[in-house]
Amino acid sequence: MLSNAWIIPAIPAVSFFLVLFFGKRMPGRGAEIGIAAVGASFVLSVVAVIQWIDRVENATGQHEGLRALGRGIFAAAGHGEVAVQPVTSSITWWQNGLVKFTVGTRVDGLVVMMLFVVTLISLLVHVYSVAYMREEVRFTHYYAMLSLFTASMLLLVVADNTLLLLVGWEGVGLCSFALIGHFWEDQPNSNAALKAFFTTRTGDIGLMIGIIMMFFASGTFSISGTNAYALSRGADHSLLLIGAICLFIGIIGKSGQFPLHTWLPDAMAGPTPVSALIHAATMVVAGVFLGARLYPVFFKGFSIGSGSINFMALIGGITIVIGAVLAFVQRDIKKVLAYSTISQIGYMVMALGVGAWTAAVFHLFTHAFFKALLFLGAGSVSFSGSHHSFDMKSDMGGLRKPMPITFWTFIIGALALAGIFPFAGFWSKDEILVTAGASGFDAFMIVGLVGAFLTAAYMTRCIYLTFFGEYRGHGHPHESEPLITVPLVVLACFSVVAGLINAAPLGIEKFKEWVEPTVSFPALVHPDFDYAKALISLTVAALGIGIGAYYWFQREERRPLGGLTERNALARAGYTFLERKYYLDVLYENIIVAGIKAPIAGAAYWFDQHIVDKIVNSVGAGARRLGTFVYDTVDQKVVDGAVNQIAEVTGESGGLLRYIQSGRVQRYALLLFAAIGLLSLALLIANI
Amino acid sequence: MGLNQYLILSAFLFCTGVYGVLARKNAVLVLMSVELMLNAVNINLVAFSAFKGTVSGQVFALFVTTIAAAEVGVGLAIVLLIYRNEHTSDLDEVDELKG
Repeated sequence: MLSNAWIIPAIPAVSFFLVLFFGKRMPGRGAEIGIAAVGASFVLSVVAVIQWIDRVENATGQHEGLRALGRGIFAAAGHGEVAVQPVTSSITWWQNGLVKFTVGTRVDGLVVMMLFVVTLISLLVHVYSVAYMREEVRFTHYYAMLSLFTASMLLLVVADNTLLLLVGWEGVGLCSFALIGHFWEDQPNSNAALKAFFTTRTGDIGLMIGIIMMFFASGTFSISGTNAYALSRGADHSLLLIGAICLFIGIIGKSGQFPLHTWLPDAMAGPTPVSALIHAATMVVAGVFLGARLYPVFFKGFSIGSGSINFMALIGGITIVIGAVLAFVQRDIKKVLAYSTISQIGYMVMALGVGAWTAAVFHLFTHAFFKALLFLGAGSVSFSGSHHSFDMKSDMGGLRKPMPITFWTFIIGALALAGIFPFAGFWSKDEILVTAGASGFDAFMIVGLVGAFLTAAYMTRCIYLTFFGEYRGHGHPHESEPLITVPLVVLACFSVVAGLINAAPLGIEKFKEWVEPTVSFPALVHPDFDYAKALISLTVAALGIGIGAYYWFQREERRPLGGLTERNALARAGYTFLERKYYLDVLYENIIVAGIKAPIAGAAYWFDQHIVDKIVNSVGAGARRLGTFVYDTVDQKVVDGAVNQIAEVTGESGGLLRYIQSGRVQRYALLLFAAIGLLSLALLIANI
Repeated sequence: MGLNQYLILSAFLFCTGVYGVLARKNAVLVLMSVELMLNAVNINLVAFSAFKGTVSGQVFALFVTTIAAAEVGVGLAIVLLIYRNEHTSDLDEVDELKG
């Protein structure tokens, strides 16, 4: 399976066409094709995971030659590990001079981990959508796009070169556009889809420039080649820095990092299962995946090893805090989760920026489960509890009794997100913080702790508003059907146990062993588990929950800060500032876009009026003049003249000849004899 | 007798026929004039035949006489029809083909 990994994205891609062309005629309106295809991909991904683990385990002691090679190139020889070569297979697409463009797959630990996560989440979302989207008109198209979405993400994951990766990257962007705008009948939804598309495109420009720069720097599009170049001694550092910045702009756009995060909350306009897919497994993690895939470029470009503040860690750190703060002022449960995603992706980016590669990828892995769980839980609440509304303040509350499964799985997801022991989020977040501290990035460790505190507090608020208090909606809340609850339970199980795969104090570090590359990879710090820091982060999270609970689990009027925004102008201003999302949307739409739009529009208008119109008008006038000339001269004089002339000549000659036609036989006979006489005379003369 | 006397007779007869065709008003007389012209030709044929000592000219003359009989038959039928329709046999008055 490892060398034939192309099959995994190919199955959903084929399914896309099958659903599109035959879906409507199927009894399940195409859903069964999509589920079967993604299920097959999932099974193959599990096979790939098992084969990869087998390969890693077998590498010890059996590949002395490879170990020497790995030590020679670079690598983890210092860690006392063997180099496990990634499995690559590629074919030449086309060749231009000496440059070969290939299409192929390159499978390593990171890739099999992603294949597993993407296919699992996608499969659960497919199943969940059967119930959730049942009433939809465009059910079949929805499934077709889900299949294409999955296929694009899987292609992005297995790609062995940056060009193929870009194809998957754009495919993911296109499908997320189509799915966010699924309910396009309402103007705000199609606006949200356009916003998501254009904002990520802004980042994609950076990505394309970055890919081209790295091609000219390293002479190859292949990921192995680019990484090897970045780590080689001859690499040009300033070139790497600019390349890394350009690539990172792509990550900022795709992964919803500050300052291009504004599309992500708006993307909540799409169906909830799609939000789960976008936030957990496909769209936004694509950026983090790119960062992890081309890590040597970023590591060398941003000089991450030196322990100084760098662009990547800075953006990640800012994003953690601004995302988390915004989550407090949302009424919409999905927007709370959206800002939470922004913040958590910020953790991953910050982790990459501080050299905690394994922790970042590990957090991606665990986050996928609990964030998908939370989104699907929110979908379940709106589907069966709040009558298709997502407004926590006006349509929810007190749902824990009618919806026990949704409630408990949501609690598990929230605890995992908040980083409470022993749920998945604890292990990965803790590892990020510990590694940040140990690599000399103490400031970022503190940012991470602040983020952890905020995360715990806003999730407490969200749970209170949704599940506790009085029911404020108008529906008849009841538990959702098994098609919805079973995926929730599956994800809840993963949210509990997924962290144990890399639980350092228990002596398990399988995730690092299986996933972290050992070839063409910088030497990273792997600090030991730090009980003191773990305790601090746990305390901070508990404090967040405690303070949140103390504040929100009281009656409105008895809250210590209740009514503060009404009494205090400064607090009100702060609240408005947050509610307006730091005025970033205003900045983008009213200042930057309008500022660019007006002169461009003006110039375009001038060009239109003065150049284009002039050309059109001159062409028109010229054509008219030519037409008049042709009419007057050619048509009237030449053509008509010729016709008239012919008619006239014919008429006149007819008039003349008419005298011969007297109708008298004897006149004819006279002419006959006269003609014979003349002819005879002529012959006579000719013969003499 | 030499050939010339026959030829002169033939030319005289032919000219008489031409004159009759061109100048006479009566359709029957025009037909008779056409017969004169045909017989002038017959004299020519027979004279040349006798002069050269071959029979082909006399055979031609026999054919001409036969055809002339048919022609007169058709011609007289036409004249008869014209007379029946127009009540005249004057050729000057039969000018319906006038252009």
